[in-house]
Amino acid sequence: MSGTNLPATVDQIFITFTHWVAHFFPSAFQPIVADVLGVIGIISVFPGLFAITVLLERKGLGRMQNRYGPNRVGPWGLFQPVADGIKALTKEDVVPFHADNVVHFLAPLILLTAVFMGFAVLPVGHHMELMNMDAGLLFFFAMGASSELSVFMAGWSSRNKYSLLGAMRAVAQMISYEVPLLLTSVIVVMLTGSLSLPRIVEAQAGYSGILPHWYVFTPMGFAAFIMFGIAATAETNRSPFDLPEGESEIIAGYFTEYSGFKFAMFFIAEYLAMFSISGIATTLFLGGWAAPFSFLTVVPSWFWFFAKVMCFIFVFIWMRGTLPRLRQDQLMNFAWKFVLPFTLVDLVVTGIWRFMGEGILRWIVCSLILIATYLIMGRTGMVRKPFAPRSYRYAE
Amino acid sequence: MLGEGIIKGMLETARNFAGSYVSKERLITVQYPEEREALPENARVFPFLVYDGPEWLPGLRCVACQICEKECPPKCIYIDKSADKKPDAAGKPQNYPTRFDIDVSVCMSCQICVEVCPFDAIKMDKQFEYSTDDRFGGLLLDREKLAKSNEYYHQIHPVEANEVDTRLAEERAAAAAKAKAAAEAAAAKAAAAKAAAEKAAAETPAAAPAAEKPAAPKPPTSGGGGA
Repeated sequence: MSGTNLPATVDQIFITFTHWVAHFFPSAFQPIVADVLGVIGIISVFPGLFAITVLLERKGLGRMQNRYGPNRVGPWGLFQPVADGIKALTKEDVVPFHADNVVHFLAPLILLTAVFMGFAVLPVGHHMELMNMDAGLLFFFAMGASSELSVFMAGWSSRNKYSLLGAMRAVAQMISYEVPLLLTSVIVVMLTGSLSLPRIVEAQAGYSGILPHWYVFTPMGFAAFIMFGIAATAETNRSPFDLPEGESEIIAGYFTEYSGFKFAMFFIAEYLAMFSISGIATTLFLGGWAAPFSFLTVVPSWFWFFAKVMCFIFVFIWMRGTLPRLRQDQLMNFAWKFVLPFTLVDLVVTGIWRFMGEGILRWIVCSLILIATYLIMGRTGMVRKPFAPRSYRYAE
Repeated sequence: MLGEGIIKGMLETARNFAGSYVSKERLITVQYPEEREALPENARVFPFLVYDGPEWLPGLRCVACQICEKECPPKCIYIDKSADKKPDAAGKPQNYPTRFDIDVSVCMSCQICVEVCPFDAIKMDKQFEYSTDDRFGGLLLDREKLAKSNEYYHQIHPVEANEVDTRLAEERAAAAAKAKAAAEAAAAKAAAAKAAAEKAAAETPAAAPAAEKPAAPKPPTSGGGGA
């Protein structure tokens, strides 16, 4: 990194800053100081993004339904997140009398911790990852999976039928969609040959002419991207997969019995999970911090990462504004009868791609296989079976 | 094909999203305190008392007959009848309410008080902004707060107010005619009596006392009749 090259300087400004701060400390402490600074960065940037996103979501959803959205607090409602925050902090923290106090208290903490851990391996810019792990992807999904534990803790400890129902739904849904989520990322691992997230991004950071080498621009990458998006939506309990917290059915699902700041922690954790899953989708399929065109590499890499994440978030909001909630059986059918088999076919296609060598032929073959699979499975797998009249058997 | 409907739906919401920034007609929200829609003429919220003329207390049409108080289903009207009398809209001396309270937190806007009032004294208002931080005193409206001029009534319900005024004018005219007829009859009777008295006087010198009938009550001049 030369100090004279302005784009590179701006690109690495946070790294430079960290090194500059760290050099005031004795050399034994320098790695710790750098890590702490990174952690501070993560726990300040992403909750800040959360505040902006909540506002944008409410505004955007309003516009999709031909409403104004919040526009009372400050100019254009810009201070709405502040008002929401004050409200959440000043509310009474009610714990049900029969709740399991310790578990009830720990659930939001564990959820938030697990969600924050995922950010540790996300490369938010060139050289900007807190931990450069060789098995970063595995770590990320391990942390993502451990959030299910806290969801179930919350539902179980509340001693409330709605909480428990929500938790059961959440666990069933998250485990069902965890499988395609992991399998789609296996496709990326097969293409890259590495579980390290920085290396996955670097594999996509090249350009042919001005066009980037993102995995989403390959047939199986595109298919995997769509499936990953579906599974990610289900993982983060976003509409149309918001059965665990469907307010019209089970109040707020597993966090029904939480109020005040604990409720806010669940809320934050949900949005942070959305950011981290958007970040991992960006890293796996959309080239992470890589610029979309070769002539745009002068723009700092961290800008591209956050721009892509926000695009992802916008699609999440857009889907929430459009799609109605699924039924439980539809949810399970979709996961096990469509997303999972399609992802398995996609895995096979990735193998074919790998062994067919360069050339236009593999593009045609892989695309045709995937389109045919999509059409056939969409026709057959998703056919609604007529239900027979319900019959009851009684004990004799 | 699988996913077709989803794309269609997404396009629809995208159209809404972009369209709401372009055309104002899409945004149907009325931003209430700043903008408000005109209420329809028949809108009704809580009752008020109509008065004629410039002063509210002498002009009150209410005669404290207490029919509304008895008919009110949630019993939100409280009336105290006066001991003395004052001329009412038709000019007859009548009682008036020394206390007329409506608890608008109890009122259910049924309009029965308006239906039963024989004097067109209580009508429905369009005023709905009674928000207050004193939920007992602030929502118990006394007769001064309830009294609103006939002109105001004409503003909020013009058609109905005209009907009422025509009816009241007719009543007043009928009352005046009746009074006039009574006066004439009295005068004729007095004349006859006088003639008889004169005749009798011609026969007997004792003079009969002049039959001084009380003057017929004049129709009030302060009425907003026909305004």
